[in-house]
Amino acid sequence: MFPSQCEDTILRDNPLFRFIYDYASSLLPCWMSYVLAGVTIMLILINAVLLGAAVVSWMERRLLGRFQNRIGPNRWGPFGLLQPIADLFKLITKEDLIPAGADRIAFTLVPIIMVAALILMAAVIPFAKDTSLVDLNVGVLYLLAISSLTSIALFTAGWASDNRYALFGTARSVAVLISYEVPVVLSLLGVVMIVGSMSLSSIVEFQSVPFIVVQPLAFFVFLAGMSAELNRTPFDLAEAESEIIAGYHTEYSGIKFALIQAAEFGGVLVVSALIATLFLGGWAGPWEDYLGWAWFMGKTLLIVAIFSWIRATFPRLRIDQIMAFSWKVMLPLSLINLAATTVEVYLLKSGGITTLELWIMAIINLVLAGVCLPVFGRLMKDKVRKSNPSGVSQSLRDDPTG
Amino acid sequence: MYGFAMVRGLLVTLKNLTKKPFTIQYPEQRVKQHPRFRGEEFVWYEERCTGCASCAKYCPLGIIKIVTSPSGTAIKQGDKYKLEVFDIELQRCMFCGLCVEACPYDALFMGSGFEQGQYSRENMFISIDQLRQSQKHPSTWFRPQLEEAEYKPGDGRPLGWRDVGREKWRWHQREKAGMRLNLTAADESISDTLDIKPDSRV
Repeated sequence: MFPSQCEDTILRDNPLFRFIYDYASSLLPCWMSYVLAGVTIMLILINAVLLGAAVVSWMERRLLGRFQNRIGPNRWGPFGLLQPIADLFKLITKEDLIPAGADRIAFTLVPIIMVAALILMAAVIPFAKDTSLVDLNVGVLYLLAISSLTSIALFTAGWASDNRYALFGTARSVAVLISYEVPVVLSLLGVVMIVGSMSLSSIVEFQSVPFIVVQPLAFFVFLAGMSAELNRTPFDLAEAESEIIAGYHTEYSGIKFALIQAAEFGGVLVVSALIATLFLGGWAGPWEDYLGWAWFMGKTLLIVAIFSWIRATFPRLRIDQIMAFSWKVMLPLSLINLAATTVEVYLLKSGGITTLELWIMAIINLVLAGVCLPVFGRLMKDKVRKSNPSGVSQSLRDDPTG
Repeated sequence: MYGFAMVRGLLVTLKNLTKKPFTIQYPEQRVKQHPRFRGEEFVWYEERCTGCASCAKYCPLGIIKIVTSPSGTAIKQGDKYKLEVFDIELQRCMFCGLCVEACPYDALFMGSGFEQGQYSRENMFISIDQLRQSQKHPSTWFRPQLEEAEYKPGDGRPLGWRDVGREKWRWHQREKAGMRLNLTAADESISDTLDIKPDSRV
């Protein structure tokens, strides 16, 4: 179209960037056209993620309402669609309080880090063919690294708030996040092993069979682990409202609270997009060249709905139950999945895995999941819910004074 | 089994999607209200009230204030007082309804409204003017005659002072100080049957 005089950059895979970059480079110096094109697609991405967070918050509240036999927010705008905007304006007009004993800089940095990590995560996700901001060849590793940034932000929030509830929430969330990082990483190893690449677009292109059937155990572990990372029910003890007010964001108000909420709902969106990419085939589907974005959006919103469904259903687990679930169920499950996938890939991978071989792997892994999940459920029952017909806890029965 | 119990739990919430929501959208939709509902708009019939202040005496919180002045015309008739002040301090009212129980002439009724919210506590009282102008939708609470007539305050049909009494209180047919009762021919015929003519007690 326009002959580019400038050097090739990693962002040139993106067609929109390429168009602006090549067009601008005929008028402007190279560094200026680079900045112009980069800022343009960055703004699009940031607005997409934050607006998506608003949509997710609306959708989640409506869905939660329906799951609980209510209606949900429906007063402001058609079907209550403008409710997130109203919430935002309410929060912006609130006073922005910083506690007297707080570390002001760290306290202020927390919402920024959370939103920034979120947008950085969204940068590598392909929304349709060739539309990720940058197609990193270490995409999965990058995503896992960036998603751990959130736990640092949580830790900073708890420490900087000068509030005991915030510190409680932080201690809990960091414990949870550290123990859930391991099974999440191990579950993604199976996917990466089959594809042979960490680039998200090549993972999508490889999925002639969606990986949710090829890697059912990995999907289960990843879904549970990610809802633990996002501090969502049933793993939301970091911000357990009924126990420790709001956990790490107890002291946040005004625009900072709005940013933290945006980061939480945006986290749901980005993680759902990630699950859709890794396990549901991303933008793949009929007429994917034209309707890829629609497929991607539909799959993402489906995962968001599943997250809402889980949140509407399950009660919060105790910290020991969460730790037991992580180390005694999810870690073994992901290891079993990894071992099975390793053997399958070793046996089948002779010059690339075909669709038929993927189906064979899917059948083997589905049988494996059908055996493993009930067995581990059985084991977990004895760990989590001891048979205690009297309803009195063991320690109270032993020591009536305690 | 633990895992299957989780799936069953998920199905419970999924079933709710097919059900009709339980919510009633209040300003547009309303819950059907019981006829004996004790609302905050007190219904007062000035024509029936003698100003005896039984309600004020029985009120456990002492929030009803009644000031009567013997009127020039009524004092001749011996049993009529003109009411100057009838204030109910709604901010402290607990809607026990003892004032309504105490009223010997069926002049005071609990109302059927519940939307008298105000922005300031000072505005939370009912004055005699508001009582005069209030919607006459009396609650049937402690008024068996209204229940027997199967009156429903929610229907929106107001009741006049002649329709709410336990029996035909004959002294109501007389002229009350400062009021025109607009007696109908039927009322006149009742007053004709009175044992004591209105003016005979003077």
